[in-house]
Amino acid sequence: MSIISRTLLVSLAMTLSTTALASSAVDTLLSEYRQAGAKHFSASQGKRLWNQAGRPPGASTDRSCASCHTSDVQQPGRHAVTGKPIKPLAPSVLSRRLTNIAKVRKWLRRNCRWTRGRECKAQEKGDLLTYLRDQ
Amino acid sequence: MPLKFRKWNYVLLSLVWIPGLTLSATPVGKQAGAALYQDECASCHTAYPAELLPTRSWQKILAGLDQHFGDNISLGNTSLTTLARYLQAHSAERAGTHRARRILQSIPQDQTPLRISTLPYIQRRHHELPARLVTGNPQVKSLSNCIACHRGAERGVFNEDTVRIPGYGRWDD
Repeated sequence: MSIISRTLLVSLAMTLSTTALASSAVDTLLSEYRQAGAKHFSASQGKRLWNQAGRPPGASTDRSCASCHTSDVQQPGRHAVTGKPIKPLAPSVLSRRLTNIAKVRKWLRRNCRWTRGRECKAQEKGDLLTYLRDQ
Repeated sequence: MPLKFRKWNYVLLSLVWIPGLTLSATPVGKQAGAALYQDECASCHTAYPAELLPTRSWQKILAGLDQHFGDNISLGNTSLTTLARYLQAHSAERAGTHRARRILQSIPQDQTPLRISTLPYIQRRHHELPARLVTGNPQVKSLSNCIACHRGAERGVFNEDTVRIPGYGRWDD
């Protein structure tokens, strides 16, 4: 095979891989979490975390992920404090969800702080993403 | 494969690969501030038009994001600088609208308000509204939830004839 056709093939494969929706972004993050010491990821554990309510320091009510996104992520949510509508988080409803690594990282950091009062551990983030990616 | 061909391989790859990466990156230039404001701030609440507060208020808000109305939503320095530039460029002093001038006039010089809903001008404009339509209305909850009734709020449209109060309808005083 000539160099040029080989190059084009590799380029095509790389381009296709970026359009492979949520899976490639989530896969990348999961492998990062594994390198950070996380073990096997579980969707059911992710679902449990999603609905687990707690009271972060300074908050006046208990908070969970479901407080804003509801416990069915295929449904639209609403910010628990401000009431601002939130579009569904499920990739099956909104295909752009979980496709942008920087966004996923940012919102996990911000929303874990908001919900738990601390950043989530690699294991928790992996479980949550494993649960969410199939919704 | 000989090394010199491999080098060309990378060059060719970058021609296909780098444009793809650039397109998906954060927009730069004039739109960056607006896009960042939308993403960082308006994901959680109304994208309050910058003209609703003076520059000193926006500066104080950005300086206190670790305690933003009770929540820590700290941002990186790059985002902060971009947001500060955007909010200052469109603040009440710079917007040049009638509304912005009235807002500025209503705020005592020695005060730096953080809540738009408590500005004398905003309070005055809403004083005829009974509480049951705002705080007592589960779909509104607070005067700070502008978009609940002013659907064009994020585009700076607050005219009375565009108001639709959830569970009530038009508002004519």
